[in-house]
Amino acid sequence: MGVSSFTAIFRQCKKRIQDTWGVAVAKLLRIENLKTQFFTSAGTVRAVDGITYDVDEGETVAVVGESGCGKSVSALSVMRLVAEPAGRIVEGRIVFRGTDLLSLTEEEMRRVRGKDIAMVFQEPMTSLNPVLTIGLQLTETVQQHLDVDEATATMRAVELLGLVGMSDAERRLTQYPHHLSGGMRQRVMIAMALSCEPKLIIADEPTTALDVTIQAQILELMKNLTRELGVAMIIITHNLGVVARYADRVNVMYAGKVIETGTAKDIYHNPRHPYTIALLKSVPRLDRPRGAKLDPVQGQPPDLARLDDGCAFRPRCRYAVDKCAVAVPDLETIDGIHKSACFEKDEVDIALKVAS
Amino acid sequence: MSAVAEADQNMNAGTPFLEVNDLRMYFPVTEGIIIQRKVAEVKAVDGISFSMNKGETLGLVGESGCGKTTTGRCILQLEKITSGQIVFDGADISTYTKAELSQYRQRVQVIFQDPFSSLNPRMKIREILAEPMKVHGIVPDTRKRDERVRELLNICGLSTRFADSYPHEMSGGQRQRVGIARALSVNPQFIVCDEAVSALDVSIQAQVINLMEDLREQLGLTYLFISHDLSVVRHICHRVAVMYLGKMVELADCDELFDNPIHPYTRALLDAVPIPDPTVEAARDHKVVPGEIPSPMNPPSGCVFHPRCESMVDGCKAAAPEFREVKPGHWVACTEV
Repeated sequence: MGVSSFTAIFRQCKKRIQDTWGVAVAKLLRIENLKTQFFTSAGTVRAVDGITYDVDEGETVAVVGESGCGKSVSALSVMRLVAEPAGRIVEGRIVFRGTDLLSLTEEEMRRVRGKDIAMVFQEPMTSLNPVLTIGLQLTETVQQHLDVDEATATMRAVELLGLVGMSDAERRLTQYPHHLSGGMRQRVMIAMALSCEPKLIIADEPTTALDVTIQAQILELMKNLTRELGVAMIIITHNLGVVARYADRVNVMYAGKVIETGTAKDIYHNPRHPYTIALLKSVPRLDRPRGAKLDPVQGQPPDLARLDDGCAFRPRCRYAVDKCAVAVPDLETIDGIHKSACFEKDEVDIALKVAS
Repeated sequence: MSAVAEADQNMNAGTPFLEVNDLRMYFPVTEGIIIQRKVAEVKAVDGISFSMNKGETLGLVGESGCGKTTTGRCILQLEKITSGQIVFDGADISTYTKAELSQYRQRVQVIFQDPFSSLNPRMKIREILAEPMKVHGIVPDTRKRDERVRELLNICGLSTRFADSYPHEMSGGQRQRVGIARALSVNPQFIVCDEAVSALDVSIQAQVINLMEDLREQLGLTYLFISHDLSVVRHICHRVAVMYLGKMVELADCDELFDNPIHPYTRALLDAVPIPDPTVEAARDHKVVPGEIPSPMNPPSGCVFHPRCESMVDGCKAAAPEFREVKPGHWVACTEV
C-alpha cells in the first residue's frame, strides 16, 4: 500500500463521480462577493470585504497579503468556521461543486468539512489535540466520514502516515503530539487533511512556524501529493517566495479585498497595483548581491473598522489621485486572467517602465 | 587566541572589537526534585570562534536549536559560559569588576525578536525609554531625559505623541521601533539583534531594516545580527556565519557565502529558501535535505551534520572536521571540500 494504490483508488472514485454526474466539474470552488464582518464594541470590522475568486480542479491558488488583510478569515469563511456571534458572513456565495455552502445546514456542512474540503492550519502545536494519540486523531476523521470499522481506519491511518513520509507508522499511531517535532506534527496534519480524499485543501500558513529546511520538505510533500492525487489547494501565506515556487495563480489581498489577481508570472513580472509593487520591493533577494536600499511602502495598514469610501491603500500610495478618495476601484482585466483594482493601473505601468 | 580569530585579525589589521574564542555553553539536564543530579548536558554552543571589527555587521544564521541565540546571550552576559573566552574591546569580559560590567552593559545592548513580550505592558513608552538612562545615570536631569526620549522617538521614526502611550496601543512595527529606541537610549556601540525583524510583516520589516541600516551609518554601530531569514541577512550583513547544532560550519564575506557556499549544510539551507520570482524558481532544482535536526543532548558523532549530508564519507562519522580557511576569509568545517 503506497502512493500508487492510493492514487488508483482516487482515480476510480473520480471516474465514478464523473460517470454519475455526467460531466467533469471544471470550477471546483467559486467565491462570489464574499463579505465577512465582525461586530465588536469598537465598530464593525470588515475583515473580508467583497472578494471573488475561483479555484479549478487540481489547481494551486495562493492568497497572499500581510497580517490583518483578511486572508485567513476568507479561508475560515469557506469552511464556515468564523466564530459567531461576533463574526458573520453577511453577503456572498461560496459555490463548491455546484452547491452554495452558505445554504447548507450545520449538519450538512459537517459532512463537507474534513471530507470534501480539508484544512491544514499554521500551528501544528496547537491544532492537534495534546491528550489524544496521533492514531486516534487520524482514525476519528476516517471513521466519521467514510463509514468504516476501526481496523480499516487504522490501516488507512498507517497508509496515510507512510504517504506523508513518516517512518515507523505503526508506532507513531500510539504516540502523542508532544512526542513529535514541529515538522512531524505538520506531516500528521497533512495526513489528516488527506485522510478522506478531499477535493480541496486549504492550507493556512502551513509552514510559517517551521525552519527553512523543514519548510522545504513540507512544501515539496504538499506539492507532490496534490499533483499525484489531483487535489486542488488554496495556500494562504505572507511569504512571496513560497508563492513564486508553488502557486499557479495568485490573489493579492489588502484590507479585506483582492486588489490584484493573475498568474504568478503576471504578478511578479508585471505587477499593476501599487501595493503589489511595494510588496515586491520590500523583500530582500537571496539570489542577488545587495543593491540599493529597500524601498518599502510607508505607513501602516488601515484599521478595518474605520474604512472610508475610497481605496483603502490610498494613504500609503504614491500614485494616488483625487478620484481614489471617493470611489473604490473594481478589479479590471488587464490581460487574460490578470486583473488589478487600481484607477491608475496604466500610469503605474508607465511609471515603472520609465523608472527601470 | 584561536586560528580563526588570529587570521581575521591579520586580515583586517587592527584589534577586533569583539572576539569569541572557543565558546562553549552546556546546559545541565537534571533529575530529581530535592536532590538534583545532572543526567545529561545540552551542548547549545560547542566551541565556536569568531571576531568582529568596529562598524561591521556579522550575520549569525541557522535553524532552531543551532545555538545562535545562546551565542548572543553569552555575549550579553545573560548566561554563565561553560568555557571559552569573550574579549570585548581588548578585555576579557569574565574578568570585569561590577563597575566595569555595568559599563559593559551600557556599551552592549540588545534588540529582541518579539515586540509583544519584550516591552513591559504596564509602562508608558516614556518610562520604557527613560529607565535605562536613569539606571546608567546618563541623563540624570528629568527634564533633559524627557527631551532625550523625544529625540529617540524621532530617530526611530515615531511620532513624539507615542511617549504617553502604552505598548498595547501600538502595532508590531511601532513596538519594534521602541525596542530599537530603548537599545539606543544608553548610546551603545555594539547591539545584538536577536531576530529583530523576524516577527514583522514584509512592508514593515523593510522599514525597520532601513532604519537599522541608517542608524548603523549615523552612529557607527556594530551589529551581531542573529536571524534565520537568509534573504534579510544577505541584505544587511557584511559577513555571515552559519551554525548547525552548536557548531560553526561556515564563515565568509556575505556575497562570497551566498554566491559560493561550500559546506553541504549551507548549500542545503540556501536551496531551501524560495525566491520571490516564479521564473527563477521554475529553473531551480529543488533538492530537499532529508531528516531533522538531531537533539543537541545527544548529537551525532564526528561531524554533526553527517546523518543528513549527501557528501558524507566514512571519516565524517569518526572525527569532527576542523574549521579551516579554504580561501582567504572563507572558513569551512568540512573535510570533503
